[in-house]
Amino acid sequence: MKAISKVYTWIIFIFLYAPIVVLMVFSFNDSKSRVVWNGFTLSWYERLFQNEEILNALTNTLIIAVITAVCATILGTAAAIGIRGMNKWVKRVVMNLTNLPMVNPEIVTGVSMLLLFVFLHDRLGILKPGMATLIIAHITFCLPYVVLNVMPKLRQMDPHLYEAAQDLGCHPVPAFFKVVLPEIMPGIVTGMIMAFTLSIDDFVISYFTGGTTQTLPVAIYSMTRKIVSPEINALSTILFGAVMILLIIINLRQIRDQKRQKANRKGVAKA
Amino acid sequence: MMKSRTAALPYVVWMVIFIVVPMALVVFFSFTDRSGHFTLENIVNVGKYSTVFLRSIWLGALATVICLLLGYPMAYIISRAAGARQSVMIMLIMLPMWMNFLLRTYAWMTLLENNGLINRLLGAIGLEPLQLINTQGAVVLGMVYNFLPFMILPLYSVMAKMDSRVIEAAQDLGANGFKVFYRVILPLSVPGIITGITMVFVPAVSTFIISKMLGGGANLLIGDLIDMQFLGNSYNPNLGSAISLVLMVLILICMGIMNQFDDGENTGGMMI
Repeated sequence: MKAISKVYTWIIFIFLYAPIVVLMVFSFNDSKSRVVWNGFTLSWYERLFQNEEILNALTNTLIIAVITAVCATILGTAAAIGIRGMNKWVKRVVMNLTNLPMVNPEIVTGVSMLLLFVFLHDRLGILKPGMATLIIAHITFCLPYVVLNVMPKLRQMDPHLYEAAQDLGCHPVPAFFKVVLPEIMPGIVTGMIMAFTLSIDDFVISYFTGGTTQTLPVAIYSMTRKIVSPEINALSTILFGAVMILLIIINLRQIRDQKRQKANRKGVAKA
Repeated sequence: MMKSRTAALPYVVWMVIFIVVPMALVVFFSFTDRSGHFTLENIVNVGKYSTVFLRSIWLGALATVICLLLGYPMAYIISRAAGARQSVMIMLIMLPMWMNFLLRTYAWMTLLENNGLINRLLGAIGLEPLQLINTQGAVVLGMVYNFLPFMILPLYSVMAKMDSRVIEAAQDLGANGFKVFYRVILPLSVPGIITGITMVFVPAVSTFIISKMLGGGANLLIGDLIDMQFLGNSYNPNLGSAISLVLMVLILICMGIMNQFDDGENTGGMMI
């Protein structure tokens, strides 16, 4: 049984990783061929960094992701706090509203926002599809993730803490920043990271709401439609490498924190 | 605690403008013609594309079943592994998801091409090349590849919480391997199965990139049809809205049916 599960695990991982590895290997291939190996080169990476379309798209993606993450986090955190104070009936309506973009197929969300932006632009002359509409669209689909990450933290929090701070003479606003915010910070940070990565990774909604402005995934899409060049492979390798390094750092930090916690606990036990 | 209900006001206003109003526009466009008069023509015209709908549902369902069959054992193996190994394995399952799905699909495009790596390998061992790309099989493969983690993760999160003493108790009481699986493990993992199925089926049935990149022009799906009405050659937002509306209703019905199997208690599931 053990042997079977080992073999099975390997098969699944090979299935998941083989295409990515092939893609990465051929980014170093000294020819346009995606099948025959002609020797090692870095020329596709050089070309990638001279490709203005890609660089532009990358800048757009990062600008959008940063603005989206900040705005969605602020709006979403405020929303989570507000939703807590609502009565059951209103709460249910708002939660359904929150879940709607998450259950709806992405393509329908994208198309519906396209209709709104076209309507606003044609009838009212505002919001030409481009950077602004992309940012609005990204904030919209990221918001529910922030709300759903902050709400459980609020629920776990002891409600008396905030009251205690006020009883001790703290004004509501500083009490919020000094007592509530630190308690729910993990949820806020997770929500923000999620909004950031979802925004960077999004293709479908950007494709429909961006007009002629391209984000990186949209640029990748238009590259795959044209004559394919190993520049895409080079780009994939860089992105994959970046994510891998990021994940390794996060994991190492988690392990370090766990060790520290264990050490602390031991220290407490000894004392 | 905080009576600041007003804090949610900007959010509610935002969601109404950018989610509810657009949805209302979809409905409005579905039931009007180009000059804005009421018509049922668009909805009726959706019927012309029933083969596309059936193909999307069939391929989406096939991909979902394959994901379930492949993902279930994997999730179980991970959930029974030692603690530290579990988190490494889950990270390895999630890692490919961090690569944009266009690139992942593109990777398969280069493998499946007529003179791609797989056909070259077949040639090297003396076999005839196969038509792999631009087939329905390639589309299903692309769906399975892209969405398999969506099946494994919710299944894993349910199975990891499963008390192993329950399984041991069943074994002690004389149940054989099959009976333990069928009577204990499977019923306990139902919430994960349901979350997994919805998380794979919804994106699979509404995809338009995978079919475009791996299916060629012949294997049009609902997503491609919608794309064509808005940004493609046959510009017709009224018909496009009607197709979107039907797709939405279809998915709501599917999810309604799926929820029937849930005991109402949402113990499993995992938001990503």
